[in-house]
Amino acid sequence: MIQPYTSRLERIWFWAFRLFCGLVLIFLMLPVLVIIPLSFNSSSFLTYPLSGFSWQWYETIFSPGPWLESLKNSLIVAPLATLLAMIFGTLAAVGFNRAEFPGKNLLMALIISPMVAPLVIVAVGMYFFFAQVGLLNSYLGLVLAHAVLGVPFVVITVNATLQGFDTNQMRAGASLGANPVQVFFDIVLPQILPGVISGGLFAFATSFDEVVVALFIASPTERTLPIQMFSGIRENISPAIAAMATIMILMSVLLLLVVELLRRRSVRI
Amino acid sequence: MNAVFRSNRSLKYFATTCLVGLGLLISTQAQALTVISFGGASGDAMKKAYYDPFIAQTKTELTPGDYNGEFAKIRSMVETGNVSWDLVEMESPDLTRGCFEGVFEPLDWDKLGIKDQLMESAVNKCGAGVFVWSTVLAYDGEKLKEAPSSWKDFWDVQKFPGKRGLRKGAKYTLEFALQADGVPAEEVYTVLATPEGVDRAFKKLDELKPHIQWWEAGAQPPQWLVAGDVVMSSAYSGRIAAAQAEGRKLVILWPGSIYDLDYWAIPKGSKNIEAAYEFIKFASQPDTQAAYSSQIPYGPVNPTAIEKLSPEKAKEMPTYTDNLKGALAMGTEFWVDNSEELEQRFNAWAAK
Amino acid sequence: MATQTMAPPPTTQTSLKTQLRRAERRRKLNAFLLVAPLALFLLVIFVFPIGSMLWRSVDNSELSQALPQTAQLLSAWDGQQPPSEAFYASLAQELKSALANGNIGSLGRRLTYEDPTLRTLVTQTIRKLPDTPETTWQQTFSTLNPRWAELSTWQALKKAAPTTTDRYLLASLDLERNAQGEITAVAPEKQVYIDVFLRTLAIAGAVTLICLIMGFPLAYLLATLPTGTSNLLMIFVLLPFWTSLLVRTAAWIVLLQSGGMVNTSLMGLGFISQPLELVFNRVGVLIAMVHILLPFMVLPLYSVMKGISPHYQRAAISLGAHPFKAFWQVYAPQTLAGVGAGTILVFIMALGYYITPALLGGPSDQMVSYYVAYYTNTTNNWGMAAALGSLLLIITLVLYMLYQRLVNQQTPNRR
Repeated sequence: MIQPYTSRLERIWFWAFRLFCGLVLIFLMLPVLVIIPLSFNSSSFLTYPLSGFSWQWYETIFSPGPWLESLKNSLIVAPLATLLAMIFGTLAAVGFNRAEFPGKNLLMALIISPMVAPLVIVAVGMYFFFAQVGLLNSYLGLVLAHAVLGVPFVVITVNATLQGFDTNQMRAGASLGANPVQVFFDIVLPQILPGVISGGLFAFATSFDEVVVALFIASPTERTLPIQMFSGIRENISPAIAAMATIMILMSVLLLLVVELLRRRSVRI
Repeated sequence: MNAVFRSNRSLKYFATTCLVGLGLLISTQAQALTVISFGGASGDAMKKAYYDPFIAQTKTELTPGDYNGEFAKIRSMVETGNVSWDLVEMESPDLTRGCFEGVFEPLDWDKLGIKDQLMESAVNKCGAGVFVWSTVLAYDGEKLKEAPSSWKDFWDVQKFPGKRGLRKGAKYTLEFALQADGVPAEEVYTVLATPEGVDRAFKKLDELKPHIQWWEAGAQPPQWLVAGDVVMSSAYSGRIAAAQAEGRKLVILWPGSIYDLDYWAIPKGSKNIEAAYEFIKFASQPDTQAAYSSQIPYGPVNPTAIEKLSPEKAKEMPTYTDNLKGALAMGTEFWVDNSEELEQRFNAWAAK
Repeated sequence: MATQTMAPPPTTQTSLKTQLRRAERRRKLNAFLLVAPLALFLLVIFVFPIGSMLWRSVDNSELSQALPQTAQLLSAWDGQQPPSEAFYASLAQELKSALANGNIGSLGRRLTYEDPTLRTLVTQTIRKLPDTPETTWQQTFSTLNPRWAELSTWQALKKAAPTTTDRYLLASLDLERNAQGEITAVAPEKQVYIDVFLRTLAIAGAVTLICLIMGFPLAYLLATLPTGTSNLLMIFVLLPFWTSLLVRTAAWIVLLQSGGMVNTSLMGLGFISQPLELVFNRVGVLIAMVHILLPFMVLPLYSVMKGISPHYQRAAISLGAHPFKAFWQVYAPQTLAGVGAGTILVFIMALGYYITPALLGGPSDQMVSYYVAYYTNTTNNWGMAAALGSLLLIITLVLYMLYQRLVNQQTPNRR
């Protein structure tokens, strides 16, 4: 805090610093804020000033056609990929916290690596592999690919939740005669559920926003929303894109709120 | 705690349902006819003139898609045995090459039974003509006080300051560069066939390089022209005409343009060959062709369709006599033989 | 504990020990079994595909697949003697079967890399090749095209005959083997990839630096403000973070294009008279990439700074240090781990960028990923795609290991 006895230079510095941070925050929010009003513009050009209010672009994207079709595809792929990532990721995180075993660090590095591996390399690799095993141009292929990309988030968040978990409870459960499966579902899972869900939401957002791998391994039948957005941006930035963007921003707000709520409820994520 | 337990049970239900769904997904792959075009305004016209009526008439399921002419995508589909496209709109050099390499199903013209209805060049071993298109020089008549009259003017950044749009690729670009360097249209491919000619074209491109904004999708040039991002651009003629129809003062310069046919081709290994044949037959009828060409002015390959068009529409076609003056037919053979090397060189050149 | 005083019989002690050890081993096995499904899943769907793609960077099987017998003859040939009739006969027969099997496309592509005119030579020869030779196959080939009588044609074929090659890896470093088999630099007009790699590193470096300059003060502010305010401001960081990358890219195009908001407002305010070129060039790429990656810098910095007690800095000031000095000498060093983690994370992620440069950049702003996609999708040159991909992956892996080390040195959970 600024003190009454601080020198003039320090005051200038203090406010300059705050101004700079303010500008950075505006920079961060600007694109998100700018695109929303354009989706209600009655003109077909993405420029300010707005010429009038209209719902027509929302009608465009919600009438039968490529937008609705791709939204449907994304809503098929993302939940399934999320579920797979949640199952695999939670089991692995529980395993990681149960005991030390050789190669643990290496394994952890492997599991997190889809987060940092260049997406194009993942995409080309999967493209050739899926082509050989017949998973190319299929929903299943997309689900598996997106599960791989989402799983690190689940492992990280569940892992963090488990740091605050007292393992003695598991022993207590076991000594009272519960089998390991019961122990997991009745003791462990309820307590780490916030972590599992927020990891799942991260995985969902990843799949819902993934375009590079999908561009390589999906055919027009499985065209996802990001692919539709990508070709729309490249071809013709119409206000329909702004409308879909607005809906996606609303969804991000929702996801963000849920994750923050979960974070407050659980001990530490 | 109890609430958590309950949600825990519903989580299990959710999980089971999803897994069952996952299992179902493996077995239910839609077998709709997948038709790939160049998209944009042309794709919209196809939807109105071909796709929707075809679906209504034959009750066939049809999935439209678009691409930017990447022949390699089709080739790798066929070579890896994962053919998900049933009909593709192809440019003639790639069609010829793919046909030789066995990437496309040879067409059974007797079975199609429309050979005598189409213009001669529309009948190809592996492809059936879709329409005649043209790549032209286009500009915004409202923004340029003086009209450019040739590719030389396109290169003249003193007289016409501002960015220019060109397609990101060697095809058409090298032809335009040579014309800008003073090579008459009819000699372009003779010059380009020599190594010196290719060097000359790249040297000419060097001059303009800092002023070029490269486009990949056919929808970009009209959009950039309208937005004022570029002052002139090479563009597919139909896209410009479509923008004119929306009240934009875009102007097409026909002399020096390059025209060619696009073809429907069936990638080898397609599972919907019967439906694809039906579609080709349907899309080659005079009525459907006329419907397409009145949506976007690309020339019909069915001569009867031309008679069905209004005189104003007919004047917009690349095949209209006046529009063909000074125009250049695409050098199919040249590009079949040289596209690999020249595209590679172009890419290296553009990356610098 | 109690063992010392009670001294139970030795037999029970050992059995207890083994029991403990056994339980411990069971726990380890259990733990491992829980991790195993994911590990297996990733091995099959992630590691194996990438590995087999990397193999393509040395794979050279096109010729030996299309023309197996000819490939054998070529491998055994010394490259100096004129090829015998057997070569021509085998080639004649196998070219026809290659055409029938659909192998001619990949063969033609492979030959183009040796010599651009070879593909045309082969395809034109196939079209005219008779079923039986008039005199000898050698004669037939040479009449079709005199180049078949030249040694250099066969030497080029010989180069494509082995099943593995280093040409793609060399080419992705702008190197090639000359006629003598020595490694040399390629002709200057063909040098591309060193530039592309340097450009990729430069873009990633610039993005990282800008992110650090913008992110460090912001993280500091968020970490020092009262919780309520900082939570509120945190939304400004988290909302863009959760927003789709494509949505943000679209927004930046709208903002930056020449008739876009940034230009119109700058012109309206009278700062500029001509619209600035902000998109389809390096500027646009940098702006959008910084925007996307900034949260990845702010969040780790924030969590490290949140853990730094303000007392040390205050102590330094009360001991007479100038506040700036106290900041640099007392506070800043404690943030180093966070700075390291943040910069490496942002740098690694920036290295692999593809979509943003593709949508917002010009041809000279494309990074390595673009060329991997280009070679896969546009020219089917899978060897080049794999070679460029391998190099990119190696750079990424090295940095990733560095990152793992840095993170493991810190507290086990960063989030």
